[in-house]
Amino acid sequence: MSYHVQLEVNGRRHEREVEPRMLLVHFLREELGLTGTNVGCETSLCGACTVLVDGAAVKSCTQLAVQADGASITTIEGLATNGELHALQQAFWDLHGLQCGYCTPGMILAAADLLERNPDPDDGEIREALKGNVCRCTGYHNIVRAVRRAAEGGAA
Amino acid sequence: MTRNRVIGTSVKRREDPDLITGRGRYTDDLTRPGMLHLAIVRSPYAHAVVGRIDATRALEVPGVVAVYTAADLEASGIPGVVPTAWLLPDLKTPPHPLLAKDRVRYVGDGVALVVADSRYSARDGADLVEVDYEPLQGVSNPRKATEAGAPQLFDEAPGNIAFDWELGDAEATDRAFEGAATVAKVALRNNRLIPHAVEPRAALAEWDRSAGSVTIHMTSQNPHVHRLLMSLASLGLPEHKIRIVAPEVGGGFGSKIHHYPDEALAAWCAMQLDRPVKWTATRSETNMTDAHGRDHVTEAEIALDEDGRIVGLRANTWAAMGAYLSTFAPAVPTYLHGTLLSGQYAIPAIHVHVFGVFTSTTPVDAYRGAGRPEATYIVERLLDRAADETGLDAAEIRRRNFVPPDAFPFQTQVALAYDSGNYAPALDRALEMAGYDDLLAEQSRRRADGDGPLLGVGLSSYIEACGIAPSQVVGSLGAQAGLWESAKIRVHPTGSVTVYTGSSAHGQGHETTFSQIVAEKLGLDVDQVDVVHGDTREVQFGMGTYGSRSAAVGGSAIVTGLDKVIAKGRRIAAHMLEAATEDVVFEDGAFQVKGVPDRAKAWGEVVLAAYLAHDLPEEMEPGLEATSFYNPSNFTYPFGTHVAVVEIDRETGVVRLVRYVAVDDVGNVINPMIVDGQIHGGIAQGVGQALWEEAVYDDDGQLLTGTMLDYALPRAHNLPSYELDRTVTPCPHNPLGVKGVGEAGAIASPAAVVNAVVDALFHLGVRHLDMPLTPEKVWRAMKEGGRS
Repeated sequence: MSYHVQLEVNGRRHEREVEPRMLLVHFLREELGLTGTNVGCETSLCGACTVLVDGAAVKSCTQLAVQADGASITTIEGLATNGELHALQQAFWDLHGLQCGYCTPGMILAAADLLERNPDPDDGEIREALKGNVCRCTGYHNIVRAVRRAAEGGAA
Repeated sequence: MTRNRVIGTSVKRREDPDLITGRGRYTDDLTRPGMLHLAIVRSPYAHAVVGRIDATRALEVPGVVAVYTAADLEASGIPGVVPTAWLLPDLKTPPHPLLAKDRVRYVGDGVALVVADSRYSARDGADLVEVDYEPLQGVSNPRKATEAGAPQLFDEAPGNIAFDWELGDAEATDRAFEGAATVAKVALRNNRLIPHAVEPRAALAEWDRSAGSVTIHMTSQNPHVHRLLMSLASLGLPEHKIRIVAPEVGGGFGSKIHHYPDEALAAWCAMQLDRPVKWTATRSETNMTDAHGRDHVTEAEIALDEDGRIVGLRANTWAAMGAYLSTFAPAVPTYLHGTLLSGQYAIPAIHVHVFGVFTSTTPVDAYRGAGRPEATYIVERLLDRAADETGLDAAEIRRRNFVPPDAFPFQTQVALAYDSGNYAPALDRALEMAGYDDLLAEQSRRRADGDGPLLGVGLSSYIEACGIAPSQVVGSLGAQAGLWESAKIRVHPTGSVTVYTGSSAHGQGHETTFSQIVAEKLGLDVDQVDVVHGDTREVQFGMGTYGSRSAAVGGSAIVTGLDKVIAKGRRIAAHMLEAATEDVVFEDGAFQVKGVPDRAKAWGEVVLAAYLAHDLPEEMEPGLEATSFYNPSNFTYPFGTHVAVVEIDRETGVVRLVRYVAVDDVGNVINPMIVDGQIHGGIAQGVGQALWEEAVYDDDGQLLTGTMLDYALPRAHNLPSYELDRTVTPCPHNPLGVKGVGEAGAIASPAAVVNAVVDALFHLGVRHLDMPLTPEKVWRAMKEGGRS
């Protein structure tokens, strides 16, 4: 049994026949080859797979591809525009907001969601907003600095 | 030619552009035409006899290609085991088969393999393999496992004892305690941890039937070590017929050092089926099979004279090995733990006794810090207990007992010889940054007024031993490997450089740091240097990245390789300049006659001459390339003092870490930004151990915290920003003067946080609490006071 889904990812339309149980993250990674979105726990607890679905941060391991039918999705591959890094990407690079990089795409997209809702968050608000995203390398210190830097530069 | 100094500057990481745009390629990102997926059927029991295994229903699942058991592995004639690589005297080494045959010994022990054409089909098939188990009693606590009547995991290890190890002078220590003015004790549990690299372990294996070789892309911290162990003990293929590649690796913290069955099983399946096979662990699979960390039961005591000077220290530890001996497991509670029990202190008599104990749990091995956090926790808890008993201030008792700066090199009573150190300045700086006296005054005020959360201040003055060495010594201690590092410096005809290093980064930024070393030494721009790591076909041999060894050992190997390149360049330049080689120096990117800057040849001219070979010194080979194997003469000894400040809610027992000050001495610093980042991450992991993290097993060995829902990881909102500073005491015995930084944060912080919490509760009679300091535990302690 398969379902027809069509959705827009990073501005491009895709149509596929998928198993109803296929996770959105596996759709992105294995059907579309967009492997920038990582899987850390398959249970929505680590946040590595966070993408933007119609502008809101969603853990793509806990949504089915069929549920995203008709949606517009942004993954880490679609965040830079015309080769220019998004302010969050730039700030993560400038301030050493990543080490192994595995949590980074999800972390950046969760932060993008925050800055969309709150363009000028303080450290406490940044930490609250990112509590669904686990980073095991950085101790969060430079991630928080990077998000603040991006906000100051007008990322939203 | 002018030259920018690049060592000591925060060069932005060259690794990052791929990682922030989704272009980084981790193992699970890789696919191959015709690729199959492996799922592993694992025991749900901690200890059981394995009976009939029925694959009938699994094989009916559409897409399932094959189901294998231990009998199939055996029939293929491979060695089929996972060995330990560190042998202690009289160590019991029952075999660890790739798949369990007759008995399973921990929850997660593999019993069958299902290979299918998709991830989902493989999982469906695994769910339908029927395995008959006859459950046996298990045992999870390492001390209880040694008691009479405990379930026995291996016939060859009576009492479940894998080893019984001692270090130090027992008699001298006894005498010290007999004559002591004060004795302070602590009985503690060093909680078992699950590493939780955010990337689960994975492998993609490809069999080349024509060549008879297998290529395995996998989540590895040390590809050559994995290749060696796979060759010798698991697959039986010659070493040169195995290629291991670590692509981007999403964190390790020790968990990706060890050789596990799973990656070898993926390779075996690829060989059987002649198709690429990928295995990627689920999170719960990773949590029950990645080697866990810590899990010690310890009783320790410290003896002091009437002046508060330490005269003796004694520790007895029962260290869980888990169900099988993992790769470096026997070394962790012995040579990486017992040897650190002198801390930063001049202690005239020390004795440590460690039992390594089999338990029906996931194997335990090196996890960030590996033995050194456990030792630091013992020593720093004892120092605080000694302060309690003597009435001395926690800072004062430390300062009074530090190894004095003029005593280096300092021979401890537990084998190590500290090469350098100057401990008081780091303590003083940390106290100054924290505002120690003001904090203690505020603590008194809150206790007296009864308002606001309780305040606690905790110190941890740690010592670390990094870059485990030298090889001849670790060999005599049981290591089945040398612990040197290699580097190949390949200078290209136009002067740019590719470095092949045996260190294998998984987030540490080696490509950036190592290119800084090369750029500095050769007077090049960092962009003229490429760094290759993590591929056994590209890199000569290497020991990998762990134990905070990469800069001190891997970086030093690069420097000694550069020295060879420069030496040859001097000979060529001397020939070109018609000067004596000994008169030619290499400075600021040019070879010049000493004192005559006009008589010089630029780097690029000399390199090109080496490759043109039109006019080289007699009998000199063309080209410019050097390989170096650097064998350090000693460990390095980073140190520092950390200060944790906690607040405790009087109603709920919730502990909040409000400030964290860390002053570390890691020797010279190549990239301050990266060094600070390493400290940050280590602190978070150590704070996690102190406050939240614990792998909980029931008494029988059932894992109760197998998911991120049950195992509490530190998250952004739980932690403050950290306040860092450094002192710099260069390592005297390596060419960079560096010591290593990867583990310092995780070594220091558990003791700092626990000391702070106990300090906050001191007036209520609390003298010790075991990690993790959950609200319930703290709340009960507040209610019950000095029960401990």
